[in-house]
Amino acid sequence: MGGYIFNRVLWAVPILFGASVLSFAIIQLPPGDYLTAVMASMRSTGESVEQSQLVMLRERYGLDDPMIVQYWKWISGIVLRGDFGQSFIYNRPVDELLWERLGLTFVLAFASMIFVWLVAFPIGVYSAMRKYSVGDYVMTFIGFLGLATPNFLIALILMYVSFTVFGTSAGGLFSPEFADAPWSWARFWDMMGKIWIPVVVIGTAGTASLIRIVRANMLDELPRPYVEAARARGLSETRATVKYPLRVALNPFVSRLGWELPDLVSGATITAIVLSLPTTGPLLLEALLAQDMYLAGSFIFMLSVLTVIGTLLSDLLLAWLDPRVRHGLM
Amino acid sequence: MSDTTHPPAAERRVDVAGQWTLMWWKFRRHKLALWSGVFVLFIYVIALFASFVAPKDPNAYAARYAYVPPMKVAFMDRDSEGNRTFGFHTHGWKVETDPLTLQKNFAPDPDVRIDLRFFAPAPEPYVLWGVLPMNRVLFGPADATQPFYPLGADRLGRDVYSRVIHGSQVSMTVGLVGVGISLVLGIVLGGISGYFGGWVDNIVQRSIEFLKSIPQIPLWMGLAAAIPAYWSPIAVYFMVTVILSLIGWTGLAREVRGRFLALKSEDFVTSARLDGCPELRIILRHMVPSFSSHIIATLTLAVPTMILAETALSFLGIGLRPPVVSWGVLMQEAQNVRTIATAPWLFAPGVAVVVTVLALNFFGDGLRDAADPYA
Repeated sequence: MGGYIFNRVLWAVPILFGASVLSFAIIQLPPGDYLTAVMASMRSTGESVEQSQLVMLRERYGLDDPMIVQYWKWISGIVLRGDFGQSFIYNRPVDELLWERLGLTFVLAFASMIFVWLVAFPIGVYSAMRKYSVGDYVMTFIGFLGLATPNFLIALILMYVSFTVFGTSAGGLFSPEFADAPWSWARFWDMMGKIWIPVVVIGTAGTASLIRIVRANMLDELPRPYVEAARARGLSETRATVKYPLRVALNPFVSRLGWELPDLVSGATITAIVLSLPTTGPLLLEALLAQDMYLAGSFIFMLSVLTVIGTLLSDLLLAWLDPRVRHGLM
Repeated sequence: MSDTTHPPAAERRVDVAGQWTLMWWKFRRHKLALWSGVFVLFIYVIALFASFVAPKDPNAYAARYAYVPPMKVAFMDRDSEGNRTFGFHTHGWKVETDPLTLQKNFAPDPDVRIDLRFFAPAPEPYVLWGVLPMNRVLFGPADATQPFYPLGADRLGRDVYSRVIHGSQVSMTVGLVGVGISLVLGIVLGGISGYFGGWVDNIVQRSIEFLKSIPQIPLWMGLAAAIPAYWSPIAVYFMVTVILSLIGWTGLAREVRGRFLALKSEDFVTSARLDGCPELRIILRHMVPSFSSHIIATLTLAVPTMILAETALSFLGIGLRPPVVSWGVLMQEAQNVRTIATAPWLFAPGVAVVVTVLALNFFGDGLRDAADPYA
């Protein structure tokens, strides 16, 4: 186990390095350097551009240095000092904008994951036990529909329904009075009352694919001789299916956790834009459109870092659950 | 069933049938997949003949028909004496302006009858595929100056129906072009990885894991937002598909690698090698034919992912941009909840996406099941 954990953690290092290089490349992608964008934005708002300020920024990001030095200045700032650079559309340090939104994004992603499990697991088992029944067909069809509908479209439809039927807007994560309030139980409950809409939206595609996997796994296990043997020994039908085949079918839940997380974070990004949630999505889009690249790059980098860590945790959980994984047999 | 009464004949037929024939037999039994395949083909035909099928130019606007609701096509009508008359027609809309809110309300106007017909005159002559000058459209008003909005109009009075049909051209081909690029990347990298194994395999597999562990949509957004605004629509279109496939090739590469690994130790490959067959010939002549069906199935299942990705990016305004018409670009019109509350027909491009992706998924699933006819 110790060796497995060591290897797995060690492997996360090059991935994190790759993510940082990729994010830095995205920061560098738009034509011109960061200061061109800053100046363009300042001019469009009529602010005067101060020469001394520009020189300072140029020095801080090392814009005249070779690329590798710029990268070093950027990544060492993040790792050593938690300095992600400056956002010019908000005129604030990026890290002030980053943490709460990142936190909410992951709260959303994890809530969606729990939703996916709670829904997909019973339905998948039911579909397998009642193969080719009406219920199975209906569930399979709904599953396909969930896979085929883009997240943002489900979000739009839900907003449309809640607007026309209930007369309220489904957007946002907090009521107006809690939007900028500090965390409290009241704020938490307020969020819980609204979070289910994005959770359902983000979770649909994942639920659909997980239902199919659980169903297929159960169908693989049910005809196995050991199930037959359990029946022959007089175990009740429920016990004969729940005790062993179900446990095998449970594996993909954990092993897919790592695969699911990037998708859920992706889904959370785009759903948040449509529902205007106070998470990373809308701010990332805004930053990209305004070419506020240090803000955008930091978001992409931190989303990747947290996803990689989440995947790592799920892999360790799987190794703890399944001896075949930790001995490298799978 | 004659097959069951004469089993020997049927068995002989199965014995001599080639691999592709067996696959076709197996696929044919999967009715849903079969009809989905027909439907997908139908959509591609529509995309091919878009300017003929659509009654209007997708960018033709008419401000006074802004947000006009869908016009129902009817076949039966009663004339002034109450006798039944037949013929395709629709009814116009009366515009009533609310005196208080100044909002425009549309009410059906039974007095205005607009006759419709097949091979109707086009509002303006057009050139199909850049070579065929045409002046007819498949179905439209008999008098081209009359309005006809089967799926309503958007804020500029553009015909949503025509726009959805024209949008299919871009949306459906983004999937194909993107999958084409992924195919090249996937086959080359997956093949190298599976065939040579060792450290090459390790590097490719680790890069795939890396790409998979990063959330796709933020990455796509970051890359797509860097496409300069002054690029031509064609260049933007190409860049978007390249970006989508740069991340989308991984699934295909895994599939190819898995097949290579499985086939490498098969007897027929070993015997070909013992016969002194060159490596390239072993790959192309012996290995590729035995897994090409799996590749086709995986490719089909990759097309809908590309379509969904393009739709999402364009919807956010960082993929394709107007005046290019794609389903994602059209969905931009439906971004505001108040707009869709007054004009729910703006969901039409979304419905087109869902139906198409659904059909492609069913079709691909059937292909995947049929890909291994001996199972």
